[in-house]
Amino acid sequence: MTKILTVKIWRGGKDGTLESYSVPARKSQTVLDVVTYIQRHLDADLSYRFACRVGMCGSCAMTVNGVPRWTCRTHVDKVSQDGQLIIEPLKNLEIIRDLTTDMVPFFEKWEKAGGRFEGKQSRADKITAIDPDSKKRLAASAAIECINCAVCYSGCDTVRARDDYVGPAALNRAWSLFNDEKHTGQRKLKKSVKADGGCYTCHTHANCSQSCPVDLDPAGSIASLKRSYSMFGSRS
Amino acid sequence: MSDATAYMLQRLSAAVLAPLVLIHLGLIVYAIEGGLSAAEILSRTTSTPLWAVFYFVFIIAVSIHAPLGLRNIIREWTGRHGRSLDWMMGTFALVLLLTGMRAVMVIT
Ligand code: SF4
Ligand code: SF4
Ligand code: FES
Repeated sequence: MTKILTVKIWRGGKDGTLESYSVPARKSQTVLDVVTYIQRHLDADLSYRFACRVGMCGSCAMTVNGVPRWTCRTHVDKVSQDGQLIIEPLKNLEIIRDLTTDMVPFFEKWEKAGGRFEGKQSRADKITAIDPDSKKRLAASAAIECINCAVCYSGCDTVRARDDYVGPAALNRAWSLFNDEKHTGQRKLKKSVKADGGCYTCHTHANCSQSCPVDLDPAGSIASLKRSYSMFGSRS
Repeated sequence: MSDATAYMLQRLSAAVLAPLVLIHLGLIVYAIEGGLSAAEILSRTTSTPLWAVFYFVFIIAVSIHAPLGLRNIIREWTGRHGRSLDWMMGTFALVLLLTGMRAVMVIT
C-alpha cells in the first residue's frame, strides 16, 4: 500500500490560506517533487518557481514546516513531521501568488550594499594575476558560491524588523568584493556597507549561516566587514 | 546617530564594562560574605579615591551602553527612528548619568 503524505500548501496572496492535498509518498522524494506532483496531477494553477532541480539556480526556495529551505535538495523524509508537510512561500518577501514571492527587493538590496562589480580593464588588457593562496583570494573564495536563493534572507529576524536592512546575502556579496583585488569601487563599497541598514545593523545571531544550503557563512562575512571597516580594521 | 557609530560605542562600552561588572559583583559577594555592616562598607569606600574613580567610569560606561541597547529594541519593535529616538535615548542617558553620579558621590 502506498503511504500518503498530507501536504498543506499556501494558496493565494498575502491574505491566502493553507489548502490540503494528499500526495503518494515515494522513495528519495524531494519537497519540490511533492509540489510538482500537486501542480501536475491535482491543481494545475499552483504557482511556484524552480529551474535546475539540482541545487544550482537558487530559485526553488520555500518555507517548509516553518523553516526556509531549497526544496529541490530537501528530502521529504528529513523534514516531514508524522507524514505532514506545510509548504509556504519565503518569509520577508511579498507574496505574488501561492509559493511565488517578489524577489526584486532582495536583489535591489545587493545593489544597495554595493554589490555590483566595477573594473578598469578591458578585454584588450593583460589579465591581472591573483595569487590563489593569498589571504584575500581565500576569503573571497569562501564567500563566493552564493546561489542567490534568499533562504538566509528569509530566516533573518533583523530583515523582518527593519525594512532598510540589506540582509545577509547582500553583505556576504559585499565581503567577497571587499577581497576582490580587481574591484575598483572600494570607496563606494565602504560607504554602502557602513551606511544605516548595512553591516552594523546585523545582530550576529547567525541564523543565516545555519540555514544557508550551500554552507556559506554570511554571519562570518558580516562580522569581518564590521571589523575591517571599524577603527580596528587592518585596511579600509 | 548612525548605526555604525552606535555599534562602535556599544562595543567599546561593553569592553569597559565587562571587567568592571565582574569586580563589582565580586565586591558585593565579598562584602556580604564577610559580614560587613553598612557603616564598615562606607568607611572603606570613602577611605580611598580608587572606588570613586572605579564607579565614575562604571557609571559613564553604563550611561552609554544601556541607552544604545534600548535604542535598538525600540527601533526594531516600534519602527521609531531618527531625531526623536536620539533625543529619547539622550535623555535616558542623562538620567542614568545624573542618578548614578549622585549615588557614587554619596558612597565615596
Ligand atoms: S547574523 Fe545578521 S544577517 Fe545573519 S541572521 Fe543574524 S542579523 Fe541576520
Ligand atoms: S548566502 Fe546561502 S542562503 Fe543566502 S542567498 Fe546565498 S546561497 Fe542562499
Ligand atoms: S531548482 Fe535550482 S536550486 Fe532548486
